[in-house]
Amino acid sequence: MTRIGRWIGSHLVLTGGLLVLLYMYIPNIIVAIMSFNDSSGARNLYAFQKFTWDNWLNPCKPDNLCSSVVTSIEIGLLATLGATVIGTFAAFGLVRHRFRGRTAMNLVLFLPMATPEIVMGSSLLALFVAAGLGGQLGFWTILLAHIMFCISFVVVTVKSRLAGLDGNLEQAAADLYANEWQTFWKVTFPLVFPGILAAALLAFSLSFDDFIITNLNSGQTVTFPMYVWGASQRGVPMQVNVIGTLMFIVALAAVIIGELGARRRRKAIASR
Amino acid sequence: MSQVSSGTGRDLRLVGLHKTYPNGFTAVHDLDLVVPQGSFFALLGPSGCGKTTTLRMVAGLETPTAGTISIGESEITATKPYNRPVNTVFQNYALFPHLSIAENVEFGLKRRKVYDSGKQVKEILALTELEEQANKRPGQLSGGQQQRVALARAIVNRPEVLLLDEPLGALDLKLRRAMQVELKRIQEEVGITFVHVTHDQEEAMSMADTVAVMNQGVIEQLGSPYDLYTNPHTTFVANFLGRSNLIKGTVVGREGTGDDAVVKVDMHGTIASIKASKVHTDSKDGWLGIRPEKVLIQPEGTAIDAPGSSIPGCVVTDASYLGVSTDYTVRMPWGQEIICFEQNTGRRGGLIPVGTKVDVSWRPEFAFLLDASQDAGAGRQED
Amino acid sequence: MIATARKRTGYLLILPAAVWLAIFFVVPFYSLLATSLFDPEGSVLTGYDVTWHFANYWDALSEYGTVMLRSLWYAAIATFFCLILGYLLSYAIAFKAGRWKTVMLVLVIAPFFTSFLIRTLAWKMILADDGFVVNALQAVHFLGDDGRLLATPVAVVAGLTYNFLPFMILPLYTSLEKMDPKLNEAAADLYANPFTRFWKVTWPLSLPGVVGGTLLTFIPAAGDYINAELLGSPNERMVGNVIQSLFTTQGNYALAGALSVSLMVIIVTMVLVYVRRAGTEELL
Repeated sequence: MTRIGRWIGSHLVLTGGLLVLLYMYIPNIIVAIMSFNDSSGARNLYAFQKFTWDNWLNPCKPDNLCSSVVTSIEIGLLATLGATVIGTFAAFGLVRHRFRGRTAMNLVLFLPMATPEIVMGSSLLALFVAAGLGGQLGFWTILLAHIMFCISFVVVTVKSRLAGLDGNLEQAAADLYANEWQTFWKVTFPLVFPGILAAALLAFSLSFDDFIITNLNSGQTVTFPMYVWGASQRGVPMQVNVIGTLMFIVALAAVIIGELGARRRRKAIASR
Repeated sequence: MSQVSSGTGRDLRLVGLHKTYPNGFTAVHDLDLVVPQGSFFALLGPSGCGKTTTLRMVAGLETPTAGTISIGESEITATKPYNRPVNTVFQNYALFPHLSIAENVEFGLKRRKVYDSGKQVKEILALTELEEQANKRPGQLSGGQQQRVALARAIVNRPEVLLLDEPLGALDLKLRRAMQVELKRIQEEVGITFVHVTHDQEEAMSMADTVAVMNQGVIEQLGSPYDLYTNPHTTFVANFLGRSNLIKGTVVGREGTGDDAVVKVDMHGTIASIKASKVHTDSKDGWLGIRPEKVLIQPEGTAIDAPGSSIPGCVVTDASYLGVSTDYTVRMPWGQEIICFEQNTGRRGGLIPVGTKVDVSWRPEFAFLLDASQDAGAGRQED
Repeated sequence: MIATARKRTGYLLILPAAVWLAIFFVVPFYSLLATSLFDPEGSVLTGYDVTWHFANYWDALSEYGTVMLRSLWYAAIATFFCLILGYLLSYAIAFKAGRWKTVMLVLVIAPFFTSFLIRTLAWKMILADDGFVVNALQAVHFLGDDGRLLATPVAVVAGLTYNFLPFMILPLYTSLEKMDPKLNEAAADLYANPFTRFWKVTWPLSLPGVVGGTLLTFIPAAGDYINAELLGSPNERMVGNVIQSLFTTQGNYALAGALSVSLMVIIVTMVLVYVRRAGTEELL
């Protein structure tokens, strides 16, 4: 006990930081615990009743839960693809080219990040209604909206990676007999790729998790966050906690595997 | 390298090369230059003198405003960088961080679809003593190793001209000296024309056959390190390459003909003779220049080992003992302070104390005369 | 000639993004403006007319002015708490984590892969009336016997703080990470105590991160309605709740539009003033 006390005394800031980190995990821990909760016949959905594996064994039991997850994944993948392609092009244009209107473009790209979602969502709804699409809100209007708000984040992420790229490397490639095309694919792209990948991951998580904009423009289509929202009015099925925990585990596993893979590659190269 | 004198085959030729940037700054001013095939050529100058811009124009990374660049008979002024038989060792190496050392070295060969690239890579890694590092990434290498990779990556392509942009600038002093020897050895082994850009005069002089001293976009003087040092044509060269004492003088007459011709200069009452081949002014006034190690001093009244007149009535105002040599600062009778480097041969059996009255002299053949309109402080390095 | 070609490539590269944002961000904003000037008598069925009905704004602000102020106030408090917590954690990661830096950064981002709605619902559970937290606070008489956390401003602000904390941490970490730890040593060498070192060296150098982080926290927090809806009661309603329900359940597009535009104008004005005062215009 005294040893721990002393460590805390000499690492006050780190201890404080770790406590903040712990705070950030409280809901995740609760969600993980509740995913094993047997809520059948329970009066109070907000307390742990009885341990069960049922929720993990039958995650799709509640109506529409899994179909909403599938819808969210579909929209997420398409929005990621669209936003990453469009945003990466724009990032290259903004970093590598000088032209009139660059400042204006930078501002237009910044604004979606500085606009409250409720304003963006309601203005899109106003547009769709004005365009006579009020009755056709759904999958495609959600997708259009998601691509829109993801573009800015992709541009920012790719831009910072691109700006950190040493321009000498491309000149070195040109000096070593690589034409413009080869320089791009052999040097520029591999070096910017981690940035593009990070941007794509960010876009997917933004799209998958979006509720406010989606809710205003979804018509009858139900994404996963909308399912949760709807369910929360009545009482959330415990399977939602399974999905939440799964998302957390999958994302964490992806990060860890990616990092371990990169480390092993580095080691293999070093020892070969 | 003297057998590859100019005029044969594939010399690098710059004619009227000019570069003005869009912001109006002229970096290179109507440059004419011939770099003989197979020579080790150094472009020496302070930062901002236009040497790197010149190099980048040769590499094709910068477009000249006017003028032409050619290698032998083929003009390459507008050729894309990747179509030129020219390779560059970049200042900070610009090694591809995502590729291994072997892949870095192989990069150019692959682009040109050379079929036995693997073998060539092996050979060049052996030449640069990098076999052990072949599968590492640039980030895992030391500065000196990275430098050798940059060199290997360029020369494996057997370019006609290799450009080196301050290649040793990022290394510490000891490593730099070692790499100078290494570079010279490799150049002699592969026989490629090296154009080396540097601001370090010692580096330029120790490696290059020919040095061009550049200042404000023009070449001030071009020649062998020996010629540049012993016979500078401008105050800039006199000060930038080593150090010089510049003393105001007036031409009073000429004597002799041919190799024996001398110009007599009145230097605050003392007449000094300067070889006509070392006189670089037509006007009456001039700067008489003498290198500090050529200046001899002796306590008043003792004999000086030099022909010609000596200047009496000087005083030692400062002495710094450096082990091999001692740097003296001496105040001349007319108030100017000059410097004098003396080898500590033990001949005198001790240092000359500050305040001692001394006589100063030098052999006339070591002096040179520069134009009085030039700034006596040009090119002087404060270090 | 080369320059023109490069310029053309530049335009081509940004064209898709420019068009997309023009159609789905700029034009909608115009539609929103138009909507805010509709005749409020219209409906989805009978159609709307732009009647330059500026009275919508008057109606919106007189009816929902307190809600608007409450939103800004809640967002400001949440931003303040985010700044304190976020600074502590970012500082710890940047300077104290040593070789655990990457791990800690991953750990900061990881919880947010669970949908934020689910996490907010978890908070609802934690703060519930018969939950552990309330019971504990009642036991130490911090809360009265019938005191509660759920459906109070405390719960809403806590939820906002929790939800937007990473938006504060990432910019803060980026600017702290760039700082040379030697600067701190230099300040110590020049007789600065730890407190002075923080205020005179670390804090000023982290200002770009502070400004970026507070903006990224404040803006979404001011427009949020999830936390107010799930953790609050009608007394804690925020402007987002009002806009949302006017649009979807009440169908009063004109009033919703006016309120939306007002929120945007207020936030942009505040951001501009703030950024100018902080002397960090280059962030924009």
